[in-house]
Amino acid sequence: MNLSILLWGIPQAMRAAAKVYPEYAARLKERNVIAQFRLRDEPVGRWVQIADGRVRTGKGLHAKPDIDIHFKSRAIAESFLTPPFDLLERVDAAKNFKIGLEGPDDLAVWFMATLARLESVTWTAGTDMGNGVTRYTNGTNGGPIFVYVKDGRILRTTPMDFDAGDAPSWTIEARGRKFTPPRKTTLAPHAQCQKSMVYSKNRILHPMKRVDFDPNGNRNIANRGKSKFVRISWDEALDIVSGEIRRAKAQGPGAVCVANGSHHQWGNLGHYLSAFNRFWNLIGVTKLVHNPDSWEGWFWGAMHHWGNSMRLGCPEFYGTVEDCLKEAEMMVFWSSDPDASYGFEGTQRRAWAKELGIRMVHIDPYMNHTAAHLGGKWLAPKPGTDAALATALCHVWITEGLYDKDFVARRTTGFEEWRAYVLGEGDGTPKTPEWQERETGIPAREVRALAREWGTKKTYLGVGGWGVGVGGACRSPMGAQWARMMAILGAMQGWGRPGVNFGNLQYGAPLDFNFYFPGYAEGSFSGDLQYSANAANNYQRMPHIVTMSSVRQAIPRMWFPEAIMNGRAMGYLTEVASVQGQFFPFGYPSPGHVPVEMLYKYGSASFGTMVESNRWVRMYQHENLKFVVNQSVWWEGETPYADVILPACTVFEKWDIGEWYNVGAGYVHHMYSMNNHRVISLQHKCIEPLGESKSDYDIFLAVAERLGLGAVYSEGGTTELDWCKRAFESSDMARHTTWRQFLKKGYFVVPSDPEPARAPLANRWFYEGRKKDTPEPYPLPSDYVGSFGEGLQTPSGKFEFVATTLKRIDDPDRPPLNQYMPVYEDPKRDAEFAQFPLQLLTPHSRYPFHVMGDDEGSSVRDIREHRVLRDGHYYLVARLNRQDAEARGIRDDDLIRLWNHRGSVVCAAQVTDRLRPGVVSASTASAEYRPIGEPGRSTDLGGCVNMLNPSKSITKKSHGIRPNTTLIQVERWTGVDTWKPVEVA
Amino acid sequence: MSRKWNMIVDVERCDNCRVCFLAVKDEHNGNDFPGYAAAQPAQGHKWLDIVRKERGAYPLVEAHFMPVMCNHCDDAPCMKAAKNGAVTRRPDGIVIIDPEKAKGQRQIVEACPYGAVYWNEERQIPQAWIFDAHLLDAGWTQTRAEQCCPTGAFRSLQVEDAEMQRIRAEEGLEVLQPELGTKPRVYYKNLHLMTQCFVGGSVAVDVNGVEECAAGASVVLKQGGREVGRTTTDVFGEWKIDRLPPGSGRYQVEVTGKTGRHVAEFDLGSESRYLGVMKLA
Repeated sequence: MNLSILLWGIPQAMRAAAKVYPEYAARLKERNVIAQFRLRDEPVGRWVQIADGRVRTGKGLHAKPDIDIHFKSRAIAESFLTPPFDLLERVDAAKNFKIGLEGPDDLAVWFMATLARLESVTWTAGTDMGNGVTRYTNGTNGGPIFVYVKDGRILRTTPMDFDAGDAPSWTIEARGRKFTPPRKTTLAPHAQCQKSMVYSKNRILHPMKRVDFDPNGNRNIANRGKSKFVRISWDEALDIVSGEIRRAKAQGPGAVCVANGSHHQWGNLGHYLSAFNRFWNLIGVTKLVHNPDSWEGWFWGAMHHWGNSMRLGCPEFYGTVEDCLKEAEMMVFWSSDPDASYGFEGTQRRAWAKELGIRMVHIDPYMNHTAAHLGGKWLAPKPGTDAALATALCHVWITEGLYDKDFVARRTTGFEEWRAYVLGEGDGTPKTPEWQERETGIPAREVRALAREWGTKKTYLGVGGWGVGVGGACRSPMGAQWARMMAILGAMQGWGRPGVNFGNLQYGAPLDFNFYFPGYAEGSFSGDLQYSANAANNYQRMPHIVTMSSVRQAIPRMWFPEAIMNGRAMGYLTEVASVQGQFFPFGYPSPGHVPVEMLYKYGSASFGTMVESNRWVRMYQHENLKFVVNQSVWWEGETPYADVILPACTVFEKWDIGEWYNVGAGYVHHMYSMNNHRVISLQHKCIEPLGESKSDYDIFLAVAERLGLGAVYSEGGTTELDWCKRAFESSDMARHTTWRQFLKKGYFVVPSDPEPARAPLANRWFYEGRKKDTPEPYPLPSDYVGSFGEGLQTPSGKFEFVATTLKRIDDPDRPPLNQYMPVYEDPKRDAEFAQFPLQLLTPHSRYPFHVMGDDEGSSVRDIREHRVLRDGHYYLVARLNRQDAEARGIRDDDLIRLWNHRGSVVCAAQVTDRLRPGVVSASTASAEYRPIGEPGRSTDLGGCVNMLNPSKSITKKSHGIRPNTTLIQVERWTGVDTWKPVEVA
Repeated sequence: MSRKWNMIVDVERCDNCRVCFLAVKDEHNGNDFPGYAAAQPAQGHKWLDIVRKERGAYPLVEAHFMPVMCNHCDDAPCMKAAKNGAVTRRPDGIVIIDPEKAKGQRQIVEACPYGAVYWNEERQIPQAWIFDAHLLDAGWTQTRAEQCCPTGAFRSLQVEDAEMQRIRAEEGLEVLQPELGTKPRVYYKNLHLMTQCFVGGSVAVDVNGVEECAAGASVVLKQGGREVGRTTTDVFGEWKIDRLPPGSGRYQVEVTGKTGRHVAEFDLGSESRYLGVMKLA
């Protein structure tokens, strides 16, 4: 289109939009600006003036424009301005300086967004339900959700019921029956409580400053967590934060450090891998390297036997729901509690398995939620000893010939050495059921019965909450041993043959795994090709400008407090591209970088999620940390340990887009196979942000504008809703529906594959010695030792009973041959722990998602299995065995103190027979921290049971947590705190 | 005859996921529904609650969960206790506590033998689960608890009383505390999991000097010489016989395997019993 017509059209379109859409007219009144469009190579242009809501324009060049938008040539300008816009060309023009944008950053961003709004102002969202009620849609960590809104307030939230226009559901035929999932979504408890979270009394509604913090004077660092806060304006808050960023950056690279939780509110744009990463790449920051804390044993251990590095050491799962229902005769759930924290789609499928009469066995010191619901045989090993039980199963299989000898011969290496170990040929100790009984406490006869049943019946082994890893025993001192044993059990039974595989029906629903929609780990608009999976698909599908940080300094997250307080911390990378990536050490401080002196904390419940978290409390009061800003939605345990607090809003108060449990490429490829349907949500801005809170995107944009980075951050004024549209257009959804239809309805159900097109069964290809045919792009081509696609990601290409890769690192806790080693903190073996006779399990929580949903105003707090209200405070529930309770005079709902030399936490007792005697269980579910006395050095009433867990690594040369065998004592709470930590340097 | 609302709750299907519990809070927190219910306090009320029950002892233990709420009794004690007609029964069977008329009437809370009515301290009114009457009246076909339940534990149905009694007999439904004569409209399936007892044990046998689980052994439960239950041990040698009335007295157990017998006696108190390891000899 001709340039002069295009430029003439812009002010005309603005005037027309203002006449039709009051919202647009109001926007034009927000700012006054003179913006000029011009060519660089000839004196051609047009200016547009917006003044008090009126639009004026003139041809030619203006003498004093506020904003100058210049194009290298007429052809480039015409291409850039002619709709429909070619995003690849626009991004190319911007990043190769074919266009330029000069002027005050905030004004430029506002003007460009005002131009973009010409299109979006015509869009409509939501379904009119009558009586002034509009039904919007959104997405949460616990499922997609309908949001009914009336008078600008959320009325109710519900799971989604599908309508006749949505894609049909799949059907599995098994043993003469047909199984089809219900035509609706399910919500997890931490999703169904969201309305109470939005309107919580505990929301942070205004920027705040600690009363005794003076950025230009006394900072009173030691008072963090103690002093009160005062409300300040956004302007003052942004001035302080941007000023501190400038001040810290002047010290040298790495002085600014950022820390985020492992999870974020749902949504591809707002996620920390997107809005947060993009911003911090532009600033340049020291990052915390997260340990694989829900996978530890799989990552550091099992991976070495079979690869799967890009699944953090866990096995694939395609087709397992169908195979299990059709073929399996028994399901063994080993430290496997899918009903705990992953929604209830799989719960429905497990009910089918129960109806089919599949035998269920549960191995867990706690008769977990899944075990309680499904029933079956419960075996409760002493925490930390499961690997002995597993080794004894192998003993029975070997001595009685109950394993897949053909598979072992064809597809594995090192079996003879493994066999010799199990039979005790080297060490003189046959690993018999009687041998394991002394370790686990499980009767030898029951282990023999289980081994024989398993060795003669087609058995699915569900490991961890997902059935294919995650949570439970993998995060304990024996985590690597245990996960390695699970892989070995699979190999001995030839996983991949009909009815024999990994899974517990939580993963592996027959969905379409080829239909593309980006997962959150693909980084959305982050442009981050290093620390998100952006490069796999998203970067090509949704053109946007790449971002990269120039700072290389990193800190192992587990030892962040040591890095700040002692100035040193060393760890190993959570590198997933290869098996040996995890052998790379890294350390703080890094060469050429400076110490961290400013922390930008995103979210505020680390005291509930980090091990030995009293360290974190003390870190915040250390003089080395000169400035702390906290950006959070709710006032949580960690919030007051800051100098400035910035109020973020919830997902219900901003635009976003995301697919239910779609992580995307990166570390849990095709995670949405947990669900019965693939559901993509346009996450409507259902209500206006509460108080003065803002979306994370808008907060980062506001800080960026003060640093001259606003136009770069927002890619020339792109709003969240515009980014949603770009994500939509990048996906395969655009082939099935239009943007306007999707925006209005708010969700899309991805059609399932017809039966013949379903993904092949996990590991069948390997079992049969064929090329890999499951739809995951792993291992990387360079990791195949022979032909591409043939064999596992091991040096031999086969399953390795003796792990070659572990011969390449000298880690005494991970010998190449997986030998049973008793765990640390054993009162019989370690005098330091003699006064702590009980073992503490700290599993993933069931009702909050980690700590999300445990807000003080949340409806979840009334759940008696989560917290108990006593004397006006909700105390976290700790479960203990009836015999242990009686010995201490403890009854249901009594306040009790859990303590060791690391921490002391008051909980409410739940007395139960569902725990093995000697074991206490309390979820790491607390978003609250309430020290009685000196923070970091007194008893906590909030329920941060992670205070008690050790901060040493799972194995010598790794970076991983090892809770779940922690020794503690329990007593009735007297109300008088005499506890003091033993502080070890 | 008019069609009336009833709710059937299957105890066996309840997973204690608590989504229904939260959905009821979601529906009523911050929302006034004039004529039906005033807003519920942000925290503390449990109009739909879930009761926990453990049966047995470590390591043979079960856990069950039962959603409880206003029973919408046909002979409702709260109606009798109410003044000014503050509690009414609609033609469709739903019992409503009028949020205006019931102001100050704390005796309505105390009248409910099920503890299903809560006192709203701030508003000074009694409140209970309204069977989502406001939604049903607006065209919803099911309650929120039913809509959100992932395991299908709830089934609400609007039928004539005679039809409901037929369903009750056919499916073996029970109501809570029928002896109170309140005639609840909330029915339970598999209520024995909350109210009755089981007895179980773990049977072992020595084979060539090695202790093994005794699978396939027959177990006969007797009371006063009369057989009251029979089962077979599973591959782990475990057995369980259910639906024994609490406090039903002395029982004899006879376990017979291929190579031996074991006989035991026990008194059944108020709770289920795990008899421990029973060695065949």
